[in-house]
Amino acid sequence: MKRLAMPLLALILLLLPLVLPNMYYYDLVIRMTINAVIVLGLNLLIGFAGQISLGHAGFFGIGAYASAVLPTHFGWHPVAALLAGAVATALLAALVAKPIFRLHGHYLAMATLGLGIIIAIVIRNETGYTGGPDGMAVPPLAIFGHEISGEREWYWVFAANLLLSVWFCRNLMDSPFGRALRALHGSEVAAQVVGVDLARYKMAIFVFSAFFASIMGSLTAHYVGFITPNVADFFHSIELVTMVVVGGMASVFGSVVGAVLLTALPQALAAFDGWETVAFGAILMLFMIFLPRGLVPTLAARFGRGE
Amino acid sequence: MALLEVKGLSKAFGGVLAVQDVGFAVEAGLVYSVIGPNGAGKTTLFNLITGIYQPTGGEISLDGCSIVGQPPHRLAGMGVARTFQNLQICMNMSARENVMVGAHLSLDRNLVKAMIRWPTLRRSDNALSDRAGELMCYVGLDSYLASPASAMPYGALKRLEIARALAARPKLLFLDEPAAGLNPKETAEIDALIRRIADQGVTVVLVEHDMKMVMNISDRILVLDYGKKLAEGSAAEVRANPAVVAAYLGAHHA
Repeated sequence: MKRLAMPLLALILLLLPLVLPNMYYYDLVIRMTINAVIVLGLNLLIGFAGQISLGHAGFFGIGAYASAVLPTHFGWHPVAALLAGAVATALLAALVAKPIFRLHGHYLAMATLGLGIIIAIVIRNETGYTGGPDGMAVPPLAIFGHEISGEREWYWVFAANLLLSVWFCRNLMDSPFGRALRALHGSEVAAQVVGVDLARYKMAIFVFSAFFASIMGSLTAHYVGFITPNVADFFHSIELVTMVVVGGMASVFGSVVGAVLLTALPQALAAFDGWETVAFGAILMLFMIFLPRGLVPTLAARFGRGE
Repeated sequence: MALLEVKGLSKAFGGVLAVQDVGFAVEAGLVYSVIGPNGAGKTTLFNLITGIYQPTGGEISLDGCSIVGQPPHRLAGMGVARTFQNLQICMNMSARENVMVGAHLSLDRNLVKAMIRWPTLRRSDNALSDRAGELMCYVGLDSYLASPASAMPYGALKRLEIARALAARPKLLFLDEPAAGLNPKETAEIDALIRRIADQGVTVVLVEHDMKMVMNISDRILVLDYGKKLAEGSAAEVRANPAVVAAYLGAHHA
């Protein structure tokens, strides 16, 4: 199962375009893959390392706005803007990680929540650059002179991106670095006495995960072509954490499944006409009651072998 | 020069003096035991030496270098390993991975190399996985090689902690009540295991309640009572010390 999972995902991504009937579905699948990659990065932090971030949409927002603002107002090349956004996000994450990771549990949640809200406020208020609440247009992304455009082209970009990210995450967790992270989740004191520098590892994975989110923010901004401060919103952060929890903590494929399900669910519930938020909430509650460990780990445990 | 030297070590928790002016030295290659009634400060002493707590006063040196104020992850790099009285096992990992994490400092911890399955990193990790399996067999966990840690019974987890500590190839190994909660047969097995570890040249410092075991395997014994050093010596000397008998059995027996 474990060995088959990667080829299976590749096969699905390869065959999907054959069955997608129109651009609406292309767009839906692209959003799923975008969320899946962010959730993968977030799951490294939450599921594997046992820390929490309620401010990840903020990092996503920095990436998105770097790719919108730098080329529009300063004439940067989009690729340079993407990298600058990611590096700036990583630096910001590293800067705040030091004081933040002295905190545990609820306090850590509050600190990251505050950070995300501050980023969203800055984006909303810097109207001169960001257009404020009205949002702004994002110039297209051109690589080697080719401008990526249309859902069909973007699909392959995001599909490759997802596959690569899954591979990265699985490798990472099955390495000395990943084991140290999981160990500090299992027992901080045990990790410490075998030589794991807790502060350094927590900071490293927080920065890494923020970096992931920022790059996805940039790519998403180019794909959508128009962004508003809502991308950095608190609700977006919560949505991402929910995907981690529903899919399964510390499960690479749980991240993908969680992102796919929760991206599709609001669309599927559109028929409820005004009550979809209620139905969404009810479904989440049922998940937490009956599958508290998340979808993939629970199923894997039930059918014997698993991740 | 002794491998570990402790001088005038004290620790106060608020007004309670858990450890008061304790001093002793552990020669390399010995099995050194710390005994004393419940609450005598044995585990606190361990936590002070292994950097979990900071002492209120006193000096600790390893190989002649002061280690006071060093965080536990630094001490690990200096060859100090330990187990815990109340198990500290990572239940989110397999038994084998728990042992592998013990060798953390000897590995390539590079994040980027890990992400792209760098060949040398994979090879060393596979070799480590084999060594972890050997260590598990060494401590008698042959039947749990493929188990998740969460599926193992208490006695096996006690051994798993020892295997994890050994994975670091320590020169100084602290065992905090390795036989607590075990039945007599298991205790005898742990007893033999500690002897084997010591015979390999690892210096063992032991906190233990099982007197039979302590008297059997210790080269030297330190007796603590109410945080103070009551006596120190060989098993025979300690057994004959009236103050020790008094502390354990009450003064009127002495």
